[in-house]
Amino acid sequence: MSEREIELEVLRYDPEKDEAPRFQRYSVPCKSDWVVLDALNHVKAQQDPTLTYRWSCHMAVCGSCGMMINGEPKLACKAFLRNYTGVIRVEPLAHFPIERDLVTVIDDFVSKLARVKPYLIPKHEKPLGDGEYRQTPAELKRYKQYTLCINCMLCYAACPEYGLIPRFIGPAAITLAHRYNLDSRDGGREQRQQEIATSEGVWECSFAGACSEVCPEHVDPAGALQQVKIASTVDWYRDHLMPWLKR
Amino acid sequence: MAEEMSRRPYHREVPKARWVLDHARYMRYMAREATCLFIGAYTLLLVVGIGRLAAGRAEYEAFLDALRSPLSIAFHLVALGFAVYHSVTWFNLTPKALPVQVGEEFLPDRVISGAHYAVWGLLSLAVLFLAGVF
Amino acid sequence: MATSNKPLVWGPFAAGGTITAFLTPALIVLTLLVALGYTPELLAYERLHAFASHWLAKLAIVAVVFLSLWSAAHRLRISCYDLGVRADTLVATIVYVIAGIGTLAVAAWLWGI
Repeated sequence: MSEREIELEVLRYDPEKDEAPRFQRYSVPCKSDWVVLDALNHVKAQQDPTLTYRWSCHMAVCGSCGMMINGEPKLACKAFLRNYTGVIRVEPLAHFPIERDLVTVIDDFVSKLARVKPYLIPKHEKPLGDGEYRQTPAELKRYKQYTLCINCMLCYAACPEYGLIPRFIGPAAITLAHRYNLDSRDGGREQRQQEIATSEGVWECSFAGACSEVCPEHVDPAGALQQVKIASTVDWYRDHLMPWLKR
Repeated sequence: MAEEMSRRPYHREVPKARWVLDHARYMRYMAREATCLFIGAYTLLLVVGIGRLAAGRAEYEAFLDALRSPLSIAFHLVALGFAVYHSVTWFNLTPKALPVQVGEEFLPDRVISGAHYAVWGLLSLAVLFLAGVF
Repeated sequence: MATSNKPLVWGPFAAGGTITAFLTPALIVLTLLVALGYTPELLAYERLHAFASHWLAKLAIVAVVFLSLWSAAHRLRISCYDLGVRADTLVATIVYVIAGIGTLAVAAWLWGI
């Protein structure tokens, strides 16, 4: 029985040869359990070894294979061919510069992750001899959802504000800050506020919610950002209306 | 060692306003944002109404009369549609912004939204009742 | 980077968004009924005038008008920026001033009732 063939239309860009990106078509057999990543791997192995893209785990935990598939930010390892009809358009993740083919320049994202101080800053220094930081299940549950981010950057590709204003710190980075702010072992919120409670931090967000819609791990960054806004607003009014209150 | 590869990252422009049309979710977002035009316009209408009320009986009656036009009815219907869309989107998003942890678990979104819808319904009925509609 | 003063304008926006979500549809229905020819009792001149004479009603009306206009103004400001109008300070000034004028007008008129 002849197998269905599907067509991929893939963005190609060779910085040493091309002035601008172009599209190239490939025909690929459509195996019933294949994802777009399998199709790309097939192209690279059988047809065009120059095709360049990032991938690693092939099971939606590493966050490497984020791409625009028919205009939607998706993990290539989670986009099943059987769910698509017609030509499948594959492009690099939106809102990032293109390094080569489907590989984007992610330096901006990585630097923003570092800026929000994504590590525990204890309230008080505690010598090792005093033992572990203990946490109840309820205290863990409070921030657990925001630990699930796999840094895939789909949210940055979906966020209209990041597309318009590149200096916006962005959904994943601010959600990561929120994860630590909610952690009962942490005391570093004030320091993180200096980065995220700024005009290029959470206040660039207009709650479009696109980030949460595309997040493959259901982290709900949009929710996290609104929580940061509310907490920052409460702080601001308390600081300005009742400055005598110490935090 | 081969010579260093030349990097020349390509920057894709985001179309200034046309990006809204690129995806259904952006159009839904803009529709939600557009509710502000109608809610703002309606509130200004109320402000004018209060002004006519303060000016005197004749002026106020003239204001009510001006409301009884096909254009006014059309505006009200469109404004009502947008106002309801604002309410629905607002109440559906509230649980995301204000999560409530009870013990270990969080209250389900539908509980928080549901409570808002219930209050909205009761409050609206109260307003209509107090205004003498029924 | 210094923390932003955005909360100053965002707080009233959030409050106004909540108020308009709960209240505006019912209010529109009231004047829609007028438009359709069924004026509710409270909107008759004597009743409404009596209602608006009470200091508590005046306070409530001014608060609702301010928060409603402010949240609409803020959202309009954000939308202009989203649609490519980059003169944010100018747009912000215009929209917030309109909200302010509407609020002052209704307060002044209520003062005279």
